[in-house]
Amino acid sequence: MSDKVSVNLTVNGTSRTVRALPDTPLLWVLREELKLTGTRFGCGVGQCGACTVHIDGQPNYACLNPISAMQGRTVTTIEGLSPDGNHPLQRAWVAEQVPQCGYCQSGQIMRAAGLLQATRRPWRDEIVTYMQPNICRCGTYPRIVRAIERASREG
Amino acid sequence: MHDAQRRRFMTGTAGLTFGIAASGFGAGGALLAADGALAQPQPQPTAGSARPRVMNPWVTLSTDGTVTIMSPAAEMGQGSLTSVPLILADEMDAEWSRVRIMHAPPDDAIYGNPRIGGVMYTAGSVAVTGYFTMMRQFGAQVRAVLVDNAATRWGVPAGELTTQPGRVLHAASGRSLSYGEIAGFAVLPERAPQIALEPLDRARFRLIGRDVGRIDVPGKVRGAPVYSTDVQLPGMVYGAILREPVEGAGPTVIDERAARAIEGVIDVVRLRYGVGVIADAPWAAFKAKQALRVEWSSKATGWGFSNEKGLAAFAAIANDDSQQGVAWETEGNVRAALQKAASTFEREYRADYAYHAQMEPLNSVASVSPKGDACEIWCGTQSQTFAVAAVANALGIPASRVKLNDMMVGGGFGRRGNRDTEFIVDSVLMSRAAGRPVKVTWTREDDVKNGRFRPLYVNRLRAGLDSRGRITAWHHKVVSDRVLPFMDPVRAKASKGRDNIAMRGTEIPSYNIPDRLAEGLHPDTGIRTSALRAIGVGQNCFANECFIDEIAGERRLDPVAYRVALLDREPRAQRIVREAAAMAGWARRGTLEKQGRALGVAYIDYTGSHLAMVAEVSVERASGNVKVHRIWCTIDCGVAVQPDNVVAQTEGSIVYGLGLALTERITVADGRVEQSNFFDYRVPRMADMPEIIVRVIPTLNHPTGAGQMATPLVAPAIANALASLTGVRLRQQPMLAERVKVALAEVAPVA
Repeated sequence: MSDKVSVNLTVNGTSRTVRALPDTPLLWVLREELKLTGTRFGCGVGQCGACTVHIDGQPNYACLNPISAMQGRTVTTIEGLSPDGNHPLQRAWVAEQVPQCGYCQSGQIMRAAGLLQATRRPWRDEIVTYMQPNICRCGTYPRIVRAIERASREG
Repeated sequence: MHDAQRRRFMTGTAGLTFGIAASGFGAGGALLAADGALAQPQPQPTAGSARPRVMNPWVTLSTDGTVTIMSPAAEMGQGSLTSVPLILADEMDAEWSRVRIMHAPPDDAIYGNPRIGGVMYTAGSVAVTGYFTMMRQFGAQVRAVLVDNAATRWGVPAGELTTQPGRVLHAASGRSLSYGEIAGFAVLPERAPQIALEPLDRARFRLIGRDVGRIDVPGKVRGAPVYSTDVQLPGMVYGAILREPVEGAGPTVIDERAARAIEGVIDVVRLRYGVGVIADAPWAAFKAKQALRVEWSSKATGWGFSNEKGLAAFAAIANDDSQQGVAWETEGNVRAALQKAASTFEREYRADYAYHAQMEPLNSVASVSPKGDACEIWCGTQSQTFAVAAVANALGIPASRVKLNDMMVGGGFGRRGNRDTEFIVDSVLMSRAAGRPVKVTWTREDDVKNGRFRPLYVNRLRAGLDSRGRITAWHHKVVSDRVLPFMDPVRAKASKGRDNIAMRGTEIPSYNIPDRLAEGLHPDTGIRTSALRAIGVGQNCFANECFIDEIAGERRLDPVAYRVALLDREPRAQRIVREAAAMAGWARRGTLEKQGRALGVAYIDYTGSHLAMVAEVSVERASGNVKVHRIWCTIDCGVAVQPDNVVAQTEGSIVYGLGLALTERITVADGRVEQSNFFDYRVPRMADMPEIIVRVIPTLNHPTGAGQMATPLVAPAIANALASLTGVRLRQQPMLAERVKVALAEVAPVA
């Protein structure tokens, strides 16, 4: 008798059915079942933001949301942020040469996308406050701020 | 490759013979185009009728003009994947948009870094500095061969030809050939041509000194699968490992019933250093790991140890003059000089353990053959050499039976450069047990609890001063946990007790102090230690630069002027300090202090790179919270190969230093690590950011390091500013708010 559950959800615009133990975080289903590895594991407890995706349009921690709670929900990952990898934030991230090791950057970009959805032209203070949950150990914070400002300017 | 062949390979000026296919070409990781597009990781970089010609072990030139260059260094965020091949491309006069970069396969004889023992090991910020001349030589040789072939075809002297990126030109006749066209007919000489490299000249550089953009950036902003943790293999299962809480305390009794009851668990594997579980999904593996009940051996050095006990023991050694350490740097006769000094000055500084906190938790993927006689691994490692050797050793097979897939590193900071690469051996042992490919992932808690830390330190400094207050004698005694013997027993054996990871930074070559001694004692506490960004320099520079400031303060001398005077033999250093002070507006210190802010300065000569920093700081007395408002930093690392990346690395190393200075502390109780995740190991976040202003001062000196050089300056610059502001001297890293609060309370101004 399996404890696993079947869950239907929409990921990057496509309807998917997955089977996993009910308490499995969405993160591991995305990465290892659906092979969407751009969403990264950093802490597992909602402390670093490396796993940030959009759930029903809002930035959220893929590591904190159990798959059993994902029935019928809509998920967007870094792979689905734009059709061609050329979202204004991604262009700005390249222009400002933000990434170093790069591991946290999917989560940073997905969080920043949430900010720009809510606030087209955020003040610097708003950027700092909004981005506070996401850790970058390489210390790219100054460039993240600049890239968000650039994306908001250049759209 | 056989040894005879290897030696042949390495004959010639720069060890180059043409016409031999690079060993393992096509092994290694992703192929990246200069425009950042992720190409298919295939040996043939070109399509259709294009034909690749292997020009030398570093360069393959295709008839369609594509140039594939090997990258020997790990890419862990520092940008070497771009900057090292770019040096070759510059000298070859390659067209950057046609360049593809491949991770070089493990082969020390060809790709080893001469600055780090000739092995493939990315550490110490020596990738650019170590490979620079070699890259220029190989690039110049390829260019010469292309020019010679064009000259032969046209029947003109090679001296009449010039190159433009990707083309050979004959101005007299107006003819030109692309590199790709020449590749189609080029005859490669048996031996590499001897090229006398031109002196470094900014006007000759086409790529060096001009920001081309990092080759790995476009993939990284799209979430491309570039790390080992992203690897997916058919039939792959997942491993997790419960490690011994104290090094050497292996499992004695294992109760695995609850673990095996979890759906998806395939097996439980007893290891020397812990217990592994194998499952059909990572989550099942993590749950099973947590469900294990294990008793550990009581026979391990670390049991009973704590930070407090360690610091007390280290301080006792530091203050006992009868206990002399192994000399790290000796100049003149420090004991005699201290005897005859007009006055002496003495202080003690300390540091707690610190953790790397690289964002990608340790992991690896391995596929061991059914007979256990061959293995393929996917890993992010700082040393391809160590990784292959550790895997071969774990399986008892020759290194030639290990295939390494060198992935990008989601943060290294020294954690992925230990000789035993235990996080790679994990997946190898699990794959052997499972009989199929296994991905082993450490959770963040595993990564913290089984961290290998910057050691605990007690630094005792003693200076002798002449009657004018100038330092004439400098005695630095360091007591710390041993690092090198734990992280790299091979190097430790050859080091004669000189623990370079613990001691680096106690040498102060730029300060004009005639009599100096730096000595180290490094007890084995049983605690796991490692190189951590800036290694010993991080604490030893804190001690040095606070100490100089304390002496200047005692004499009521300006700390900038005092340093500049001590740097009178080193004009590069003086310039760096003066520029940082000017940028920060050092002269407005008095005005600032009336507003409750102060400036603090620090300087370093870090392996030949000169840096100075000024921090603008305030403190909230009630909480002890230190606020860093602005940091100015100047860096002279010689030729700045990619200037914007030098800025980025300096910004990043400042942020790293900020955490080490203020909030990051690992504590050990009864040998066990007390912290477990980012809620109790606090690294800098965006709101902690000061405004950071970096100025690169390029010179035409041979390039020196840029990857971590600013990290050690942050803590002393902050401590010096705090002392200036409050009169209170913080002498222990990290300067936690509670420590600052207590220190301020002890000298609270009367209201």
